[in-house]
Amino acid sequence: MPFHVVAQVSDIPVGQRKLVEVKGREVVIFNHEGEFFAILNRCPHQGGRLCDGLLTVAITSSEPGHYEYIPERQVIRCPWHAWEFDIRTGKSWCEPDRVKVRSYKTEVLPGTQLVRGEYTAEIFPVKTEDDYVLIDI
Amino acid sequence: MRIQDLRPIDCDMHPVVPNIRALVPFLAKNWAASVNDRGIEGFDSISYPPNAPISARPDWRPDGKGLPTSVEDYRRHVLDRWNVQYAIGNCLYGAHLALSEDIGVAMASAVNDWMVANWLDAEPRMRASIVVAPQNPERAAAEIDRCAPDKRFVQVLLPAMVEAPLGRRQYWPIYAAAERHGLPVGIHAGSSYRHPVTPVGWPSYYVEDYASQSYAFQGQLGSLIAEGVFNKFPGLKVVLLESGVSWLIPFLWRMTKFWRGTRSEVPWVTRPPIEIARDHVRLSIQPFDAPDDPAIVGRIIEHMQSDAMLLFASDYPHFQYEDDAVLPPGLSEDFTRRLAHDNPLETYPRLKEVQS
Amino acid sequence: MTDAPAKPIENDGVIDCDIHPAIRSFEDLKPYLSKHWWDYYSTYGLRSRQGFVKGTPYPKIAPSAMRRDAWPETGLPGSDLKLMQTQHLDAHNIQLGVLNPLNPSGGDLNVDFSAALCSATNDWLLETFTRKEKRLKASIMVAYEDGASAAAEIHRRAPEKDFVQVLLLSRTSEPLGKRRYWPIFEAASEHNLPVAVHVFGYSGHPATNSGHPSFYLEEGAAHPAGIQASIASLIFEGVFERYPNFRLLVIEAGFAWLPAFSWRLDKLWNRMRGEVPHVKRPPSEYIKERVWITTQPMEESQRPQQVVEIMDYIGWDRLMFASDYPHWDFDDPKFGLPPSLGAEQRAMVRYRNAQALYGL
Repeated sequence: MPFHVVAQVSDIPVGQRKLVEVKGREVVIFNHEGEFFAILNRCPHQGGRLCDGLLTVAITSSEPGHYEYIPERQVIRCPWHAWEFDIRTGKSWCEPDRVKVRSYKTEVLPGTQLVRGEYTAEIFPVKTEDDYVLIDI
Repeated sequence: MRIQDLRPIDCDMHPVVPNIRALVPFLAKNWAASVNDRGIEGFDSISYPPNAPISARPDWRPDGKGLPTSVEDYRRHVLDRWNVQYAIGNCLYGAHLALSEDIGVAMASAVNDWMVANWLDAEPRMRASIVVAPQNPERAAAEIDRCAPDKRFVQVLLPAMVEAPLGRRQYWPIYAAAERHGLPVGIHAGSSYRHPVTPVGWPSYYVEDYASQSYAFQGQLGSLIAEGVFNKFPGLKVVLLESGVSWLIPFLWRMTKFWRGTRSEVPWVTRPPIEIARDHVRLSIQPFDAPDDPAIVGRIIEHMQSDAMLLFASDYPHFQYEDDAVLPPGLSEDFTRRLAHDNPLETYPRLKEVQS
Repeated sequence: MTDAPAKPIENDGVIDCDIHPAIRSFEDLKPYLSKHWWDYYSTYGLRSRQGFVKGTPYPKIAPSAMRRDAWPETGLPGSDLKLMQTQHLDAHNIQLGVLNPLNPSGGDLNVDFSAALCSATNDWLLETFTRKEKRLKASIMVAYEDGASAAAEIHRRAPEKDFVQVLLLSRTSEPLGKRRYWPIFEAASEHNLPVAVHVFGYSGHPATNSGHPSFYLEEGAAHPAGIQASIASLIFEGVFERYPNFRLLVIEAGFAWLPAFSWRLDKLWNRMRGEVPHVKRPPSEYIKERVWITTQPMEESQRPQQVVEIMDYIGWDRLMFASDYPHWDFDDPKFGLPPSLGAEQRAMVRYRNAQALYGL
């Protein structure tokens, strides 16, 4: 199974993030309103560590002078040149089709399902009474 | 390939108002009287001191001095000589210099009427830009509405340095009117001298003043894009006239890079600035700031990644080249035809409407 | 400039020509200011040709325009030498870094206060940075709008070898070639010190020559135009002729605009040499001999080779790597240069040109 257990749900409170390492890659996991999103911790521009960036809302606009602030539009800003990446899809806001950071599917499963041995837990210790975040790499 | 075989469209030539008296017949009575009563000497701009080398080629000056002011001069020097199909007259008379908006509006209007009488009516191959006074954009829009029904007006003309960056919303009535009439907006080298001609103050020498036109185009292009003028007016094309050309792409590289990080400041800019420019901005080819080296010229053009952006222009009577060397060296036949013919027709749709 | 051959930098290191040190607070300068100037500062504060007590007329995109990961426990990024060492000097094998303070600058409206601040900053640079870390060199800060006091400060500091150049900000109140600035060039030339012009400052004129732009994006895009105006001024006022030793370094304006600008000036000089008979050579020759330029912020094209072609036109002996650490738009030494550069070109840009310019 490609899904890897990377964190306990309780490790990542709402609005927070966690940096994990999976298969030699650094991945940042975000908890937005109870949903988990995962992207590679490396800005495609010059390699800035996205986990050190600002998590904020992408300001959008339908016409000059108007500014939309829609909280669902969560982005992580690279701490270096401030490029914005949608935490759901990894797409940049400046050029979504051309510039993106790898994003990974996530899943939340209870420990009871994991200890049954169907999933690769690697070195991550799993308890039946907890819930876990898994990502697909 | 000879220029004559191209039947080029001259997208930047300058009819010269010989003196303010030439405009008096086209001024309202009170202004005609004021010009005389108050001794108003004129609105000639030091952007082109009349005897400065750049202001006119020696062999284009009547008897080697002064400025060519007649249609006959232009026919002899360029229009007939190069078998020009159409020529767009961009009159640089400084209506925009006037600190009184009323005088500015009056002068702009007079220039347009003078243009009709002396150039458009006199020569069927002539077309013209509508000169407006940027001092009051609403009244500028009214002047555009007034002149636009005459289809020989094919563009709206603004100087490159005014009171505020041209992308600012206060100027939008001009773009609205231009777009409404299907007219591109031409921004031409020249200043209304509201600000020092450089961001670091007033330089000593005229050669620096002329060099500073380049800074103006950088600032204006930045403003038009950042303020979202092309979002608000998606049908608008802007032509940068007498800008120098080779500054364009390095500027857009820089601006595009910054934009990637500052997107949230200008969230209506949803495409890279360099792509917006390729779609909406055109440039006249004279002057072309590069050595006479086909390899360098070729590189500059290749960096533009578009064959639609350049427009043939004589920049008559300014002294940018000698003899018939109006085209930068080394251009392919195909590219030359595009810039001499196809791009101007695409940029100025009205050229196709009125046949000469 | 020494005639000694440049010493090779070990391990493919790099000379970083633009690092920004910061004071933790104005208290850091207090030991170096007289009571009079400390009291003046405490009462009137810093005032330059813009209206803000705190912050900047164009709000930055990141707080204080800094990288988010460069903030120490206390104080601004750049104020903590240890963090600068670990995060930047050690991490990137920076063999030499040149410190260019931006705050306070030499542009305060009260030129005597500005001179005092600059002198204090120069003392602070030595005590806080260069004497503790020999990989760091510094710029001599001067109150550049007052030629006389600036020249005096240059003469005072020149014997100290930790200072490698004089620093001005680019948005000066007049084009840089004007006579009021000549004492600076004269003093710097006397000591064989380059004069570095770093973007920013407040000229008191709008950031563009057609008025004030609205956005920080525009301000950033407009820096090269101001530098261009000053280079034109230095050329056409005859500064390069008058001071044969005078060398100029342009910092943080990018570089891709330089060839087009050189070509434009050459055409204009050809056309109007009569106006400036004291300018004996084409502008591009002065630029190729006396002007250096840092690479940051490196221009980016969808086809990176195009930027390398521009670097070719500039000349591989002119370009000097700079990171702009710890600002947000900095260039990482590993990724900031196009990967297609040959070994020789890399060496020149990464350290050899800086060694030559600074006589190291």
